[in-house]
Amino acid sequence: MAEITILCPTGHLGFTPLEKASFLAGVELKPDVIVADSGSCDIGPYPLGADSQASPEAWQRHDLEIMLLAARRLGVPMIVGSASDTGTDRGVEQYVRLIRDIAAQHGLAPFSLAAIYSELSREEVLSRMAAGARVRGLDGRADADRALIERTDRIVAVMDAQPIAAALRAGAEVVIAGRASDCALFAAPILNAGISEATAYYAGKLMECASFCCEPFMGKESIFGRVAEDDIRITALHPGQRCTPASLASHAMYERRDPFREHVLSGYVDMSQCRYEQLDAKTTRASGARWVPAAQPMAKLEGAGKVGERRLAIVGMRDPYMIANIDKAIAWARARLAERFGTPEEGGWQVFYHLYGRDGVMGPMDPSPPANPHELGIVVEALCSDAKRAEEICALAARNLFYARLPEVKGTAGAAALMADEVLAGKPGYEWTLNHVIPVASATELFRTRLLTIDGTTRKAA
Amino acid sequence: MRNIATLRDFASTVRSKNAGVDHITFDIIFRERESFERVRDAKVITPEVVCRLLRVTPDRLTDFVVFEPANAIKFTIRRERPSGSPGERDVFGSQQYAPLLDLEVP
Repeated sequence: MAEITILCPTGHLGFTPLEKASFLAGVELKPDVIVADSGSCDIGPYPLGADSQASPEAWQRHDLEIMLLAARRLGVPMIVGSASDTGTDRGVEQYVRLIRDIAAQHGLAPFSLAAIYSELSREEVLSRMAAGARVRGLDGRADADRALIERTDRIVAVMDAQPIAAALRAGAEVVIAGRASDCALFAAPILNAGISEATAYYAGKLMECASFCCEPFMGKESIFGRVAEDDIRITALHPGQRCTPASLASHAMYERRDPFREHVLSGYVDMSQCRYEQLDAKTTRASGARWVPAAQPMAKLEGAGKVGERRLAIVGMRDPYMIANIDKAIAWARARLAERFGTPEEGGWQVFYHLYGRDGVMGPMDPSPPANPHELGIVVEALCSDAKRAEEICALAARNLFYARLPEVKGTAGAAALMADEVLAGKPGYEWTLNHVIPVASATELFRTRLLTIDGTTRKAA
Repeated sequence: MRNIATLRDFASTVRSKNAGVDHITFDIIFRERESFERVRDAKVITPEVVCRLLRVTPDRLTDFVVFEPANAIKFTIRRERPSGSPGERDVFGSQQYAPLLDLEVP
């Protein structure tokens, strides 16, 4: 019966460096493939919109180097997806460059690499829409229209296992994929081993975050998966961790709305009948997933668009009268801003006052913000398309708290403490414009694969 | 002083986290089946309780499920704005669970 073993060292390659000891323990078990995801929407819309990475390149290189050296030594494939946080073409190119550099540094013998690109241009999406494709909103969003696409700076489509599986069948020994469903990176080699979609995607879902599916809580430790048809065995590799039915089942519902379904381009995994049983002290077996193919395959699109330049200021408050009347002080400050810059709608600006110490973390969802906190830390966040103007708006929004006119302020030298009388330059503000799906005729049509040979011996000799 | 048992005494995990860019999902997980059943049967966490506690209208509570295989109760709330938008407070959605800890368990 077909069986495949997988080593996964990290749930987000490069985000913080992986832990080497448990990874090397996994290498000793001679896995058939080494897999790690490197991207996430969790980091917010800025990296995708601005097409920049969220992780330091030194850490990305650290993780890639450890994985590549092990994979080449074992002679097994290595798969990395959602390259460099975003999975944009920039991310794929960057990781291909890093792989090339690492291969040269270590004089690695030639191997085949597949780069799979998943970025889509606005024009491509618009032309599909013009041809009748409905770009359907997810999670209660409206369908996309031309205006929404036009204010989107960058778009990636999310691949399932098919383009990766095809690259492996074409001989790729290293796969660097653009944006991909996390579980798809694992599913690709499992499918190629002749195992069903149900088991393949389910195994991927369980393994995608590495040691997060084990207990006690630890990040960046490796796990080992032994996968046969309807028989997935996950083992914790860190000496202090175990994989238990509880830890595995609770991971199966992690960061998802629906604990029973994992959607990918070609269909979804139904996990409602899954079973978990402890096999040994560190290993749990999972089974019972079902695969439901989509009648119409739908590719998820992620897109981010720029809102404006962003400036920040930090203001403290200690006077109990000011704290008790902070909403009035803010209203006064906003009125002054509107006098000078027009209303936010007219003037194209936004200001947010984040009140740490009251409800800065939860905002209106906080059931019990304190009425009289001892002090308040206020982060003033200002946005405007023009950077100089954003700076001016932010400075005035902060200083207006200092000069707030309330009838009974006794501290007439200043109604707030400025941590420093300065405005900090934030990264530009972006928002997630696209969380949509688009119909596709095949699982591979939106994705472009390039096969190349990496020869670490030539550059070293040169 | 009366010593009232709360969710923090029964649940082994109480967490919140992004579920995509538009939602935050909450997981309350119990190590012991007994604790799970006690909280479940006492209706400590229901859609009504969640909406009242987190001050959201029912239409923003998009999912609520008792997840037996993990001894867990799970619900999901639509964000006011997508994660990481200007004005947003919690990019990962990871600190929104705190008020659940104080729910009383009869």
